[in-house]
Amino acid sequence: MHTSAHPALRKGTDSSPGHAASARPGRGTQRWLQSPAVVSLLLWSIVPLLMTVWFSLIRYNLLSPEDTGFVGLQNYQFMWSDPAFLPAVFNTLLLTVAVLVISVVGGVLLAVLYDQPFMGRGIARLLVIAPFFVMPTVSALIWKNMLLHPVYGLVAAATTALGLPPIDWLGEYPMLSIIIIVSWQWLPFAFLILLTAIQSLDQEQKEAAQIDGAGPIAMFFYIVLPHLKRAIGVVVMIETIFLLSIFAEIYTTTAGGPGTATTTLSYLIYQLGLQQFDVGMASTGGILAVILANIVSVFLVRMLANNLKGENER
Amino acid sequence: MKRTASRQLQYVLTTALAWSLALLIFFPILWMMLTAFKTESQAYQLSLFFMPTLESFHEVFSRSDYVSFAANSIAISGGVTVLSLLIAIPAAYSMAFFPTNKTQKILLWMMSTKMMPSVGVLLPVYLLWKNIGLLDTVSGLIIIYTLINLPIAVWMTYTYFCEVPKEILEASRIDGASTWQEVCYLLLPMSLPGLASTALLLLILSWNEAFWSINLSSANAAPLTVFIASYSSPEGLFWAKLSAASLLAVAPIMVLGWLTQKQLVRGLTFGAVK
Repeated sequence: MHTSAHPALRKGTDSSPGHAASARPGRGTQRWLQSPAVVSLLLWSIVPLLMTVWFSLIRYNLLSPEDTGFVGLQNYQFMWSDPAFLPAVFNTLLLTVAVLVISVVGGVLLAVLYDQPFMGRGIARLLVIAPFFVMPTVSALIWKNMLLHPVYGLVAAATTALGLPPIDWLGEYPMLSIIIIVSWQWLPFAFLILLTAIQSLDQEQKEAAQIDGAGPIAMFFYIVLPHLKRAIGVVVMIETIFLLSIFAEIYTTTAGGPGTATTTLSYLIYQLGLQQFDVGMASTGGILAVILANIVSVFLVRMLANNLKGENER
Repeated sequence: MKRTASRQLQYVLTTALAWSLALLIFFPILWMMLTAFKTESQAYQLSLFFMPTLESFHEVFSRSDYVSFAANSIAISGGVTVLSLLIAIPAAYSMAFFPTNKTQKILLWMMSTKMMPSVGVLLPVYLLWKNIGLLDTVSGLIIIYTLINLPIAVWMTYTYFCEVPKEILEASRIDGASTWQEVCYLLLPMSLPGLASTALLLLILSWNEAFWSINLSSANAAPLTVFIASYSSPEGLFWAKLSAASLLAVAPIMVLGWLTQKQLVRGLTFGAVK
C-alpha cells in the first residue's frame, strides 16, 4: 500500500503536532488503549502461522498418531510431487485473474453506464449491487441447482429452446462455471466502488472537455479512466485478498472436481487436513498458500504504487 | 430541436440497456424469490405464472431446525459486532487523538494481517479450538471472526474519529472531563453515524462468512451459511425449500446493504474511496 496516498493517514500525520501539543502532560498518549487491538492481532498473526510452519516440518497425521517425528522439508517434497498441487496453484491463479479482469472491466463499463441519467436509475443500481450481499453458499447453490442444472436448469431450458443440446456446465466446463458464479458475486462489488468513485468526478472538468470538443471515447480514456485509477487499484487489491481464498463456492458446487479441475489451493488444503487428517501435509500447503499470497500482493503493491506515482507526476 | 431529439433518444436507449443489464444481473435472485413461493413440483416447471404458496416456508420452519441456525447466525454476527467495536473504539480513539509517529505503521500493519489467507492457519486453529473446547461453539466462531474483522473495524472507526473536531474534546478536557466521560458523552454521540455504518459492515461480513463457519462448526454452532451448504448434497433437489431458506437468510442483509451502500464503500476500501 502506498502510504502517502491514503487520505486518512495523511490527515492523521498532518494533525499530529497539534494533537501531541494539546495532550495534557501526565495524561500520556493513551497508548494503552490500543493494546487489546494490537496484542490480539499480534497473537493472531504470529502464533497460528508459527504452528503451521512447525506442523509442515513434522510427520503428523491424526489417523496414525504413533507415526511422528521431524522430517524437515520432506513434506514440501511430497507436496511438490503431488499431482494435485501444481493444478491447484494454477486453478487458484486462473480463478483470481479471470474474476479480476471480468469484474474490473465490467465494473468500469457498468459504472459509466449507470452514471448516465436514465429512468429509475436508483432502483436499477440497487439491483446490480444486490448479488454482493448474497452469502456465498446461497449464490453457489442457486447457480448450481436452478440455473446450471443440465436437466431442470434455466440455462438448459434456454439452450434447448434455441435448438442447442443442454450442457452439463459444472461437469463439462467446471472452471468456467466457477468463474461465472464468483464473478457474479464480485462484479457488483467492483461496480459499487467504481460507481462511487465516478460520481466524485468534477462536472466542470467534464463540461470543459466537452466544450473543447472531446467525444465520448476521448472523454472516457482521458478523463474518466485516469480519475478511476485509484479506485481500480483498491478494487484489485481487495478482491485479490478474497479471491485467492475462495472456498465455499467450490465446496458447495464441485467439491474440487471433476478430478482436480476446480481444486484450488484452499480446497486442496481442506481435503488434506480435514478430510484425510494429514495435518503435516495440509500445513505444508498452508505455508505455500501464504507464500503465494505474499508473492501476489508484493507484485500488486508494486504495480499499484507505480500507478499512483505516475498519477501524482502528471 | 434536433439536439433535444437525439438527447431523448439517448435517454431512452440508456434506460433500455441499463434496465436489461440490471434485470439480467438480478435475475438469479429474482428466480430464487419466485421459486420460494412455489411448491416442489412447480419449482421444476420454469413457469412465471403460478399460485404463490407459503408451503415451503412452513416446511423450512417445521421440518428443519431453521430457527436454531438463524439464532446462531444472529448470535455470531451480533457478538462479533459488539466485541470488535469494544476493542476497536479505544484503539481508534487513542490513534486519532493521540497519534505518535508509529500510528501510521500500526494501522498499515493491522491491514496487512488481512493479507494472510485464512487457509494458511486453518489446521492450527482447528486443532487449538478442538483442544480447548471451542470447536463448534458460537464463541469459537465469534473469536475468529473478530480477529479477521478487527483491522476493518479499527480503520473505519479511526477515519470517522479523525473527522471529529479535536477542539471540542480538548475543551471538555479543560473543563475536567475524564477520558471515560469524554468518550461516552462527546466522541461516541458525535460519531454515531460512522459507528453505526461500521457496525453494519461488521454485521454483513460476519453474516456471510463461510470459510471458517464450514470448517469449524457442525451441529451446535452452525450458522445459516452452513445450513444452506447442507442442501448441496442429496437434499439439494428440494428447490422450493432451498429457495425459501435462502431467501430468509439473504433478505435482511440485502436490505441492510442497500440502505448503507455509501458507507459500505468507505468501509470496504478502508476510506480510500468515498
